[in-house]
Amino acid sequence: MKGVGTILVVAALLAAVPLFGVSNVTLNFLVTALIIALAGQGWNVLGGYGGQYSFGHAAFFGTGAYVSAILQLRYGVNAWIAFAAGIGAGALAGAIIGGLSFRSGLRGSYFALVTLAFAEVLRILASVTPITGAGVGLLVKLDLRPEAFQFQSRVPFYWIILALVTVSLLIVRAIENSRFGAYLVAVRENEEAAKALGVNVIAVKLGAMVISAAIVAAAGGFYVQYFLFIDAGIAYGPWISIEALLAPIIGGVGTVFGPLLGALVVKVLGEAAKLVTGDAPGLDLMIYGGVLVLVIALAPRGIAGVVADLRARIVRRKPEAKPEQPTAGHHV
Amino acid sequence: MSDPVMLRVETISKRFGGLLAVDGASFDAQAGRITALIGPNGAGKTTLFSIISGFQPPTSGRVLFEGENIVGVPPHRLAQRGIARTFQIVQPFAGLTVRENIAVGAHLSQPRRADALAAADEIAARVGLADQLDKPAAGLTVAGRKRLELARALALKPRLLLLDEVLAGLNPSEVRDMVPVIRGLVDQGITVIMIEHIMHAVMNLAQHVLVLSEGRIIAGGTPSEIAGNPHVVEAYLGRGAAQRMLQAGAAYG
Amino acid sequence: MLSPAILFTAVLNGLMTGAIYALVALGLTLIYGVLHIINFAHGALLTVALFAALIAYQTFGIDPYLAAFLLAPLFFGLGYLLQRLVIGPAARGEDRNILLVTLGLAVLIENALLYVFRADTRTINLPYAFEVFEIGPAVVALPRLAALGAVAVTTLILWAIMRYTSTGRAIRAVAKEKLGAQLAGIDVAHIYAVTFGLGTACLAVAACLLLPTYYVNPGAGNAFVLVAFTIVVLGGMGSLVGALLGGLLIGVVESLCGFFLGESLGQIGIFTIFILVLLLRPHGLFGEAT
Ligand SMILES: Nc1ncnc2c1ncn2[C@@H]1O[C@H](COP(=O)(O)OP(=O)(O)OP(=O)(O)O)[C@@H](O)[C@H]1O
Ligand SMILES: [Mg+2]
Repeated sequence: MKGVGTILVVAALLAAVPLFGVSNVTLNFLVTALIIALAGQGWNVLGGYGGQYSFGHAAFFGTGAYVSAILQLRYGVNAWIAFAAGIGAGALAGAIIGGLSFRSGLRGSYFALVTLAFAEVLRILASVTPITGAGVGLLVKLDLRPEAFQFQSRVPFYWIILALVTVSLLIVRAIENSRFGAYLVAVRENEEAAKALGVNVIAVKLGAMVISAAIVAAAGGFYVQYFLFIDAGIAYGPWISIEALLAPIIGGVGTVFGPLLGALVVKVLGEAAKLVTGDAPGLDLMIYGGVLVLVIALAPRGIAGVVADLRARIVRRKPEAKPEQPTAGHHV
Repeated sequence: MSDPVMLRVETISKRFGGLLAVDGASFDAQAGRITALIGPNGAGKTTLFSIISGFQPPTSGRVLFEGENIVGVPPHRLAQRGIARTFQIVQPFAGLTVRENIAVGAHLSQPRRADALAAADEIAARVGLADQLDKPAAGLTVAGRKRLELARALALKPRLLLLDEVLAGLNPSEVRDMVPVIRGLVDQGITVIMIEHIMHAVMNLAQHVLVLSEGRIIAGGTPSEIAGNPHVVEAYLGRGAAQRMLQAGAAYG
Repeated sequence: MLSPAILFTAVLNGLMTGAIYALVALGLTLIYGVLHIINFAHGALLTVALFAALIAYQTFGIDPYLAAFLLAPLFFGLGYLLQRLVIGPAARGEDRNILLVTLGLAVLIENALLYVFRADTRTINLPYAFEVFEIGPAVVALPRLAALGAVAVTTLILWAIMRYTSTGRAIRAVAKEKLGAQLAGIDVAHIYAVTFGLGTACLAVAACLLLPTYYVNPGAGNAFVLVAFTIVVLGGMGSLVGALLGGLLIGVVESLCGFFLGESLGQIGIFTIFILVLLLRPHGLFGEAT
């Protein structure tokens, strides 16, 4: 299948990185970047391909993280099984939130608002209910065995998150090449026209939401295993909602590699800022906010768009006659 | 006259606030024919199409498709059951290519991506879009977009096709190109109902003409019956229209 | 034990908080009604206004109630420039872009404040902040009463601007029929910016009214955004009267919820209403503005 080869080559190259004896700091950087790449890929399924911009994907990241942590801590469930259950719970949360929102016909700003609100409700609930450790958070017990999804070294973690990212790339590639993907993009471009062509708009959006939520929940579950700690602010806080959308938007929204590319850029920017001024609270997010505005203003199709334009210019294919303005605008 | 009824519209009404856009309209569309729906601007033609295709619920009345009431059935289900429509205000998937646009429709019967894309190529050739397949839909001319509307609807392999002014905005030579395409649909076993203002095309294509005015069907008959009904025509299509229709009818025999 | 007097006080206090909510919502709904955008930076701008009022008091010794007269025009200018120079050009009229640009601004502003002022919560001590009045069986603090009056005055001024000035007429024309207004020679970009400025000026007034009894930290405005969103949605997007009534209603609901359920659960009450309103009344929402 076209495109799969590229994904596997990129994955193989990235997998080789630890073989060159990189420092723990670098590995740590890469792992956190890949967590964002994974969450960003999740957002991309719904936002990039489906055109439904969620501002509250923290709801799924946090659900994946908390369900995994709680099952391990309170019920003694094996970490791997807990991780899988977290993904399932995230998907379920996606089905519930998506079902409610899409059935009510919420889209555009309203969808962004309602997802934001759901995430905030979950954050407040998690900060007061005992099972989530309330204001204190949850510490996963140290148990450095592979069976417990914990490792002495960072390298296995790196490979696992890389494998997860690779799977997400393959999923998105498969979506691109499927009827579901065609319907999803049709819904993004024009809901009325999609309906007229036999597309069950709500079902398609819902499907995208569930896949999207599951991928983001996987990022949350992995986060718990890696840091062994979660609290309401990390799990359901705005930071992850923002980074999850920032990565694909910077990298190229609605493209396979956009989120991965964007996540690396986002994290490099964050680290660079810390190098310049020291680790001050708010600095990284402040830069992210600025970058978001700049990207929308200057390169709305992200890095992928810039690359595509450059390539078109280099190939020097004479651009076709200037296209007319479409009469039907984008539905939002 | 013995053709079976494919679509029966029964005393359909549609109210928008204080406005009764469709007012107890009833008619039959026979299978295997082209039925034309004409009438002045604002008569309620598009609204009627929206109701038949499930985009809007009627305030009252029934729509029978092959004998079954389809009021309340969502539009995507009706598309799956064989009712396709085009939009008067074209609704392209602006960011997608022509091929990708048509493939969305083709996916109804082609689950695999490659098959749907191949089907799109074939349909594009039928409506004269073959050389524009890789163009983004946003880059098409008005005529191109009308063709795209038709192509997408055809990709559904419909049994009933509702065409809402697919000829409007085209220049005479473009209209001349499209007329045989539409006539060809019937040969493929598609029943067509078309809303159209271009009278000579109506006279030339339709076997049955319905006149809608202020939400009511005020006349129905063969093109020559309608054309020969100067009261209807003068009252609802404006002065001189009857004359023009007769000429158009004569021109096409 | 629930005495009617305590309950009455809770309701009255709710009304007065609600008045400030209404003012914040007024700005939001004004912007929505004309530009048809949801300004996600509204909360962050309120926080900026709170810090501005704080600095005015601490550095220059300007009483918050006086500062309102200074900050309102200042924030009008700020809002004007933001829309004219940043949001408008960056978004190029695409709804999805506007969404992201205002979100980006919100994140930028909020975290810039966090970076500069740290997360500390600050308050000011005004000699009259704890003076109370008795109204019937209830006891109300002076700043809350002042807030209620000031909100009424601000609303009147806003109403007069919309009704009697040529700019106000232009704003209403643009809100109703953008293309027509444009054809009639109205500079739509300018009117958009003026409207955004007015909405932002509302925030400056709200901040000055809040400061005597409220706290300031880099997230302080956020508590109000979702509440304001709720109100705007509840009152009908773009409806000024709806924003006022919705604000008062939410103030009372929150006060009672907080009274019965405690602070953070009170907030959940607001969010739940918000989500329910969004889910149950989406058609009302869409219908209102267009
Ligand atoms: N969604 C709607 N809400 C309110 N009024 C509507 C709506 N849709 C149509 N109308 C009104 O209903 C009437 C019939 O409109 P319709 O579009 O069906 O007319 P038409 O016969 O297709 O006209 P045209 O030839 O101009 O396309 C018009 O007065 C129109 O303004
Ligand atoms: Mg019409």
